[in-house]
Amino acid sequence: MSLATDSLIDEASRPLVSRGTARDYYELLKPRVMQLVIFTALVGMLTAHEHINPVIGFASILAIAIGAGASGCLNMWYDATIDSLMERTSKRPIPSGAIAPGEALAFGMTLSIGSVLFLGLISNWYVAGFLAFTIFFYVVIYTMWLKHWTAQNIVIGGAAGSFPPMIGYMAVTGSVNLETFLQFLIIFVWTPPHFWALALVKSKDYARAGVPMLPVVAGEVATRRQILIYSILLAPVGMAPALFGFTSLVYLVISAVFGGIMIWLAYDLSRKLEGDAARKASYRLFGTSILYLFVLFGALLLEEVVPFIPWRNLI
Amino acid sequence: MNEQPYPEVPKLSPEDLARQKSRSKALGLLLGALVILFFIVTIAKLGGNVWNREL
Repeated sequence: MSLATDSLIDEASRPLVSRGTARDYYELLKPRVMQLVIFTALVGMLTAHEHINPVIGFASILAIAIGAGASGCLNMWYDATIDSLMERTSKRPIPSGAIAPGEALAFGMTLSIGSVLFLGLISNWYVAGFLAFTIFFYVVIYTMWLKHWTAQNIVIGGAAGSFPPMIGYMAVTGSVNLETFLQFLIIFVWTPPHFWALALVKSKDYARAGVPMLPVVAGEVATRRQILIYSILLAPVGMAPALFGFTSLVYLVISAVFGGIMIWLAYDLSRKLEGDAARKASYRLFGTSILYLFVLFGALLLEEVVPFIPWRNLI
Repeated sequence: MNEQPYPEVPKLSPEDLARQKSRSKALGLLLGALVILFFIVTIAKLGGNVWNREL
């Protein structure tokens, strides 16, 4: 039985008609995550350097984004009880009572199947299979299993959010390559420091909901140490596309500078253990991590679309 | 033979009606957009072959 159906959300007392607005359904798709998926899938697609009809390219990105939204919707359906216990997520459409769990399940499943079939029909069935696997990984492996079982939940589960560049590339070519694997690796290694920086601030929320996030299970000092280790690891991984010769020196400099900033902020966080200073350091790292990914993938995007980059051939 | 009474039809409040209207509008627009998208994608997939047929 899903958590959503044996939860605080009492199905019997719900009215027979839906209370949700169009905006509530849109919120079920986790629009901010969708923006990241669209952006990174587009970079992966442009990495292909192969001609693709712009209409097919646009429709493929749309299908990938809807698939990501569908998995977000199914995540909200399954975790409605947890969401209702946490301040950060209590206003989501299901815990707020705007949308019934059954409606969210039907909506998520329809979009999942529809997006996979649509992507298969317009691009190729390899990428459709990959999208289906990503939805399965996020909903079943991460949401239903890892999230409730281990403190390494977002480390392993982060793979689902890291696949879009490879999916974007595969939509054009039907295969994967080293360049998009490195893009996958950047998001994969970026996820733990990004997520744990927020989890540090919201650890009481997670403890109340019984979610074994790292700060709840291992403590805040150990979490800060892990954040620093992953940030140190992230810097060379972020520079890897340049070190493997896929980008110009411009990207190398940008990724090195921002990798250094991430390490510095993680180090700063590791020294501030209590009070307002610790809270601010967590939010600073969380905000900067979003900027980090945006800047690196923005730079990768520019490398693909700008015909001439100075010093491109210096590496 | 006892007949089962029909379930009572819920009476919608003005707020519920407004929400229902917003959902219906969004769904209508979405279906329209899908029709246009499927048409354009079909033409794009066919490409030049759309003219290579017996008339």
